[in-house]
Amino acid sequence: MTTLTDPPKESFRLSMLIYDTRYRSATIQVVALMGFMLAAAWLIDNTITNLESLGKTITFGFFTEPAGYDINQRLLDYQSRDTHLRAALVGLLNTLTVAVLGCITATVVGVLVGVLRLSKNWIVAKIMTVYVEIFRNVPVLLWIVLVFALVSESTPHPKTFKGVDTGAVVVTNRGTYLPEFLFSNSLGDLSFFGASSLRFNVSLDLIAFLVVLFGGLFVSRKIKRSADAVQEATGIRPATWWKRLAVIALPIAALLYALGFHLGYAELKGFNFKGGTHLRNSLLALWLALSLYTAAFIAEIVRGGILAISHGQTEAAGALGLRSGRIMSLVVLPQALRVIIPPMISNYLNLTKNSSLAIAVGYMDITGTLGGITMNQTGRELECVLLLMAVYLIISLSISGVMNVYNSRVKLVER
Amino acid sequence: MSDTSFVRTEMLEQKEPPASTIGIIGWMRENLFSSVVNSILTIISLLLVAYILSGLLPWIFQSSWNATSLTECREIFTATYGTTHGHACWGVVNDRWLQLLYGFYPDHLYWRVNLTLVLTLAALAPVLFSEKAPRQLLYLTMAYPFLMPWLLWGGSIWGPIVVALGFVIGYFVYRVVTEAAGELIALIAGVAAALIWWMVLSGVVVSGLDSVLPIGIEAVESRKFGGFMLAVLLGIVAIGVSLPIGIVLALGRQSDLLIVKAICVGFIEFIRGVPLITLLFVASLLLNVFMPPGTNFDIILRVMIMMTLFSAAYMAEVIRGGLAALPKGQYEGADSLGLNYWQAQRLIIMPQALKISIPGIVSTFIGIFKDTTLVSIIGLFDVIGLSTAIRADTAWNGIYWELFAFIAVLFFIVCFSMSRYSMYLERKLQTGHKR
Amino acid sequence: MNKSVILGAATVACLSAGAAAAGTLDDVKARGKLNCGVASGLVGFATPDANGEWGGFDVAVCRAVAAAVLGDPKAVEFVPTTGKTRFTALASGEIDMLARNTTWTFSRDVDLKFTFVGVNYYDGQGFMVPKELGVSSAKELDGATVCIQTGTTTELNLADFFRTNGISYEPVPIETNAEAQQQYLAGACDVYTTDASGLAATRAAFEAPNDHTVLPEIISKEPLGPLVRHGDNEWGDVVRWTLNALITAEELGVTSANVAEMAAGTENPEVNRLLGSEGSLGEMLGLDAEWAKRAVMAGGNYGEVFEKNIGENTPIGLARGLNAQYTDGGLIYSPPFR
Repeated sequence: MTTLTDPPKESFRLSMLIYDTRYRSATIQVVALMGFMLAAAWLIDNTITNLESLGKTITFGFFTEPAGYDINQRLLDYQSRDTHLRAALVGLLNTLTVAVLGCITATVVGVLVGVLRLSKNWIVAKIMTVYVEIFRNVPVLLWIVLVFALVSESTPHPKTFKGVDTGAVVVTNRGTYLPEFLFSNSLGDLSFFGASSLRFNVSLDLIAFLVVLFGGLFVSRKIKRSADAVQEATGIRPATWWKRLAVIALPIAALLYALGFHLGYAELKGFNFKGGTHLRNSLLALWLALSLYTAAFIAEIVRGGILAISHGQTEAAGALGLRSGRIMSLVVLPQALRVIIPPMISNYLNLTKNSSLAIAVGYMDITGTLGGITMNQTGRELECVLLLMAVYLIISLSISGVMNVYNSRVKLVER
Repeated sequence: MSDTSFVRTEMLEQKEPPASTIGIIGWMRENLFSSVVNSILTIISLLLVAYILSGLLPWIFQSSWNATSLTECREIFTATYGTTHGHACWGVVNDRWLQLLYGFYPDHLYWRVNLTLVLTLAALAPVLFSEKAPRQLLYLTMAYPFLMPWLLWGGSIWGPIVVALGFVIGYFVYRVVTEAAGELIALIAGVAAALIWWMVLSGVVVSGLDSVLPIGIEAVESRKFGGFMLAVLLGIVAIGVSLPIGIVLALGRQSDLLIVKAICVGFIEFIRGVPLITLLFVASLLLNVFMPPGTNFDIILRVMIMMTLFSAAYMAEVIRGGLAALPKGQYEGADSLGLNYWQAQRLIIMPQALKISIPGIVSTFIGIFKDTTLVSIIGLFDVIGLSTAIRADTAWNGIYWELFAFIAVLFFIVCFSMSRYSMYLERKLQTGHKR
Repeated sequence: MNKSVILGAATVACLSAGAAAAGTLDDVKARGKLNCGVASGLVGFATPDANGEWGGFDVAVCRAVAAAVLGDPKAVEFVPTTGKTRFTALASGEIDMLARNTTWTFSRDVDLKFTFVGVNYYDGQGFMVPKELGVSSAKELDGATVCIQTGTTTELNLADFFRTNGISYEPVPIETNAEAQQQYLAGACDVYTTDASGLAATRAAFEAPNDHTVLPEIISKEPLGPLVRHGDNEWGDVVRWTLNALITAEELGVTSANVAEMAAGTENPEVNRLLGSEGSLGEMLGLDAEWAKRAVMAGGNYGEVFEKNIGENTPIGLARGLNAQYTDGGLIYSPPFR
């Protein structure tokens, strides 16, 4: 019988830091960390020295000074006497607006184009190919500028509407006017943060609407559950669709009536239309250009995703007697989704980041306000640029965080 | 049994297919009008195409090529067509196309830019068309990083040679020390030797050699770079330099070393999380603040640095994809051969991972290339910046669509052909890996 | 790896080039080139032509300084700057002087720490409208859509103007003049506002300039002038007195045609002092005696520069107006050479 003995214990030598695999990774890490810290310290030291010699200090005091410029497209109330912070906030909301709108449209258009590229109709497929190639291979900055110019050239001047009954939606070369929602017995607004730069109002009408809507949806689900239970027990499903519709629609209709809901149309007054919801051309052009540009990429992803689903799936679905539209929506697309989602996330991120090109068309997003006029007026480049980057970083990380959660939910669970 | 046979004994004459299923008509029935919905789609599409072309074609072709100013263009149009609207004034392209392509690069030196482009393609050939290009071109690929800056920026030939010598010295030291003290120390010694050479000695050596044997070509400052050439140059430099950085970052992100991994992930996610325009703001406004006092290098170099960092993050992700696509057996195989980490990377992993990544690298290049247009926002004269400058000329003030159309076509041609190449490569690589 | 090092080496080579060291004048002389920040394309003020040669009213100032300091009006590196980058470029020493129609304001002078050496063009913000609109005063623009070129003091002036007059407007901020022009002509805005000189240049490029009119209101003071960094007074003096030399040359009747002849000596002692045949003004500046002569020869005196680039015989066709010599009722006035 042999006994296993521990190898003789080596005493620690300095060279073991390099040659012994047990210590080597720690050594490398410490060296890397030190290098990183040194580089960071070097950069910070340089910055401090340089700022000192320029006679500048890092301060965010300018945020409380009046901005002095006007912003046309905005979700919050804002005037030129409001602070730079308020202007940045308005810009941030504008960035988010165009990003959300753009992502939605890009997805819709992209999926449509991706499916149509595989259409059996030769000319449709070719047109879609041409669209995808043209949009993918020309810089997005160019598209934004061109779409902006095209939109303003191809839409009518407001004065052509003089004496014309315009109806609900007015398209002019200053933008598009949609009807706005008005309440004659409005419940008023809920104000937050008083008169500070962060103030914002939430319409109580909207809250009431949402409460009623979700209440209706909740009851409707209850009804569905009980119908399911009846079906389980008896095998006969009671007709519930009218009940479910009624519990959602009737309370909403009652609420809207009580609040005196009506639509406000835009009217031509003086130089421009007044009233309604005004979508400026800069927003429309940016939205359109970003959506069309990103949609071209999404179309390719969707097409690739569909092609990645084996043809047997389509044939099997066909054998079950499904029509081609239903094969696409019930069998192919749900499976393709798993391939499609990850690259889609990065396209959403790209769209959001590309929205910073809004300055090319004068849409006042966060780059236009904080990184544009505010920076120009105050001369605080360091503060503004760093803050700008931080804002975009937070937006990007949140988008990829949310989308990754979604991705892990639709992902095929493997062993 | 009667003789009546219900079975045909001889074959019928083969008939032509019905006229409606072959030829043009058949094709159209099959591909354009197979159902009511399809027919409607076809007609709508045709109308759309006709509408777009009816607007576009007259504008493109009923145009003027020789006018030397917008006013002259308008006179010509009024004389020929009676209206000034709906006609392109291509005279501006005719007048300024060299500037749009080369920027302010001295015109007697255009050959250097052209030669650089040819060299770029030749140097890339062994990588991109590995089986068709002769092996000897690899030497050019190795020399290219030194040749390209010398040709474009000009100046003494000793600069690039001495810089290249640094690599030779570093490698030499590495080989010698490996024998004596082992690999890691040798690597450190090699890098240190090369750094000492570049930082301390090279300046003296270059000026010495220059005074003894002044060989050089006319120097061109990077401020003169512009136009489409600037876009290509920024793209090539950003991708070329970011490739090694991207490899390091990708390996760092894959590694088990926690701190190294955190640094790499942090860098990659930071760069990918911010828009390029903010990085360009850093280049134009802040980079000088981050550098030691008194440092001042020109804006094109600063933009190159930021674009390189930008593309490095994307490159790292592409290469990480390539690494992830390799079967685990490759890593295990390398381990079982007793190769250490760097040997395994150099001999087994990277050659395969990089090969798989080439289509991704090409699309990253296309992306970066298109993004170079953003430098116009910080006042560099790329094509779009130049178009603004051209419009500031009193002769061409007021011209709009023609310049953008020209720029769009330029970008389309280059990007489209690169994306076709990338597709070809993907097909080629796919067949190689199908089992 | 290879390329990064080469670039690194190139970088190191460039390190020595810049450097906002003690004396900009010495730096410029040692370099043999003047780095001058200009607009990246502004009609009449700074434009590169088909050969990449810069020309224009602001460019002429750079050329005059280069001629005075280096003896060669061509020894200028023109660095195109945007509204955002111009001040950083100057502060970081990337450029020696900035001649980019920059408005002299208190905060730029005091807070951003620059020295405006003088005014080479008195401008002001104006409005242009199509004649068919029937508007004769900016106060009638209530509710109008206004195209603004961003990145300048323009949007601030505009906001203040409409606010103080209690009328509303719809701003359409636009990045470049070309785009603003396109938007205005497409009718996407009723009014275009920018500096009056820019309006004149834009209007001149229209197909039918007479269909548009510039409103009489000038809503701001925009004294545009070259500027240098705070704290280098020698260099500031050089740029200031070069500009003053051009102005004085016009006042005294010294032109690019007769400067050579007058430099030989005239009856007028101030001309003699200016052109260096008497006194030692050049030496005091750290230059030679003929500095002003060369500055005038570079592109002519102030009046000649004006006429050649933006004057009434050019397509831009600006009248001298405020920019006439004080003797003709303008504001252009140089301290005496004495």
